[in-house]
Amino acid sequence: MTVITFKEYFDALLEDKLLGLKCQDCGAITCPPKNTCNECKSYNLEKTTLSGKGVIETFTSTYIPPSGYEKEAPFVIGMVQLKEGPWIPGRIEIAPEEADKLGKELIGREVEVSGKKFPSEQFYPDKDRRVVPIFKIIDK
Amino acid sequence: MKNRNVAVLGVGQTKFGSHPDKSLVDLFADAFKEAFDESNIERKDIEALYYGNFNGELTDGAANMGGFLTDEIGLGMIPAYRYEGACCSSQVAFREAVRAVAAGYHDIVVAGGSERLYSAGTALGTRALATSVEAIHEITTGLGFPGVFGLAARLYAKEYNISIEELRKKMAQVSIKNHKFGARNQKAQFYQKMGDLDVETVINGKMISSPLTLYDCCPMTDGGSAAIVTTDEIAEDLTNKPVYVLGTGQASGGALFRQGADLIKAEPRRKSSQMAYKEAGIKPDDIDVIEIHDCFTIAEIIATEALGIFDYGKGADAAEQGETDLDGKVVINPDGGLIGKGHPVGATGTSQIYALTRILRDEFKPTTVKGAEIGLTDTLGGDFGTLCNVVLGRGR
Repeated sequence: MTVITFKEYFDALLEDKLLGLKCQDCGAITCPPKNTCNECKSYNLEKTTLSGKGVIETFTSTYIPPSGYEKEAPFVIGMVQLKEGPWIPGRIEIAPEEADKLGKELIGREVEVSGKKFPSEQFYPDKDRRVVPIFKIIDK
Repeated sequence: MKNRNVAVLGVGQTKFGSHPDKSLVDLFADAFKEAFDESNIERKDIEALYYGNFNGELTDGAANMGGFLTDEIGLGMIPAYRYEGACCSSQVAFREAVRAVAAGYHDIVVAGGSERLYSAGTALGTRALATSVEAIHEITTGLGFPGVFGLAARLYAKEYNISIEELRKKMAQVSIKNHKFGARNQKAQFYQKMGDLDVETVINGKMISSPLTLYDCCPMTDGGSAAIVTTDEIAEDLTNKPVYVLGTGQASGGALFRQGADLIKAEPRRKSSQMAYKEAGIKPDDIDVIEIHDCFTIAEIIATEALGIFDYGKGADAAEQGETDLDGKVVINPDGGLIGKGHPVGATGTSQIYALTRILRDEFKPTTVKGAEIGLTDTLGGDFGTLCNVVLGRGR
């Protein structure tokens, strides 16, 4: 039933490739991978490669992170709507203070996603590594 | 299927705040004792225990709590169930208790919860809370709960075309109101503290996850709460102050990123509340008082809209105009809410039942809500993942 495992998804992301699922029933794209189509709930899904490009829909600069993430903080978390439709979470490659200063101007900016490897943390399901989707602003 | 009408017989809540010397069992036991003592029943009358706890495994190394609880509070070998729905845990436990009594499986049961987040410390507490964001794709970014609602706040500002500066001032009013009520409540974490906050203090507070400052966030809390649930007829025999469970609702939602732009509409909350209103035979306008899940200031605003109290996009203005204060359209969080009273996650839901029951019996001392006939609880677990609502009434 699982067409793309999270390991395969993050392996591809580390090679700057964004994988998604194309529904063979309704044609919708689902990303990150899920066990059913995010639109019509079908199990009839096939692996596809997405553009990896989208726009920032919202963001937050996190100054006080959960334990396990202190060394990486502060960081800017964003939600990006991909060209193909789905929203994905990741970190925006920008200084938190600069992001807060830009405010609304950061929303709508075009980005490209890639993967960055970090050590795992105590509770993360993948005990070998954590891959963080990184959004790089490309419309400067 | 609902065969019988259900009522709340007795309620209890510990002081919320710091309890380094009390276990999860102790906190539940203290809340239970208060509820039990006012219920005019014997312990052998209690047929089952419905316990809400979010993350005893992480904070206290404690799971499989049912048997320990029934034994320690003297309920013997009755069945005990543990419910986990993040911050909604004990509200789901309460709802299941109501459903079991309504269906006729049990006549008298206890529901409640306990949690120790304050004693876990901020870092572990924040990580424990973050186990209720999506565990693969969301958490890897370092997203915690202030982050979830920081994302929601910016989305709200964009969707409804408000500047973030304006929205922050409106959000501050939620913090000011809830701290005002919390400061009056002896059982609140911030009793006699921050009762006169101002907008400048809130927006100039330490930035946690932008645009939310410390004052936009509820605290980490230890605490317990409990409610004895029975049929309307048994309650009327045992007390002259039963509070009736008029309706309940519950719904589920997926990961934040799957909800996309709809996340600020909190659709699962709309579905849950509509279910509760329908069962109770009421409209949102009939509600006098709401115990709402204000884990963050923006969360209260989003909730008032999804519950149908205000139109989408109007909740922030309503908060600013005092529509959620004592003289407003509906009184929200007169016990201080999560922001002023504290948020011992697994105990929060039944602490809302506690406050509403006391209010509807005219015995809530911190703040009087004049003429309240119908109250609503609203409890959110995770990032719009588990939603539960309960309508309580002074009359049937």
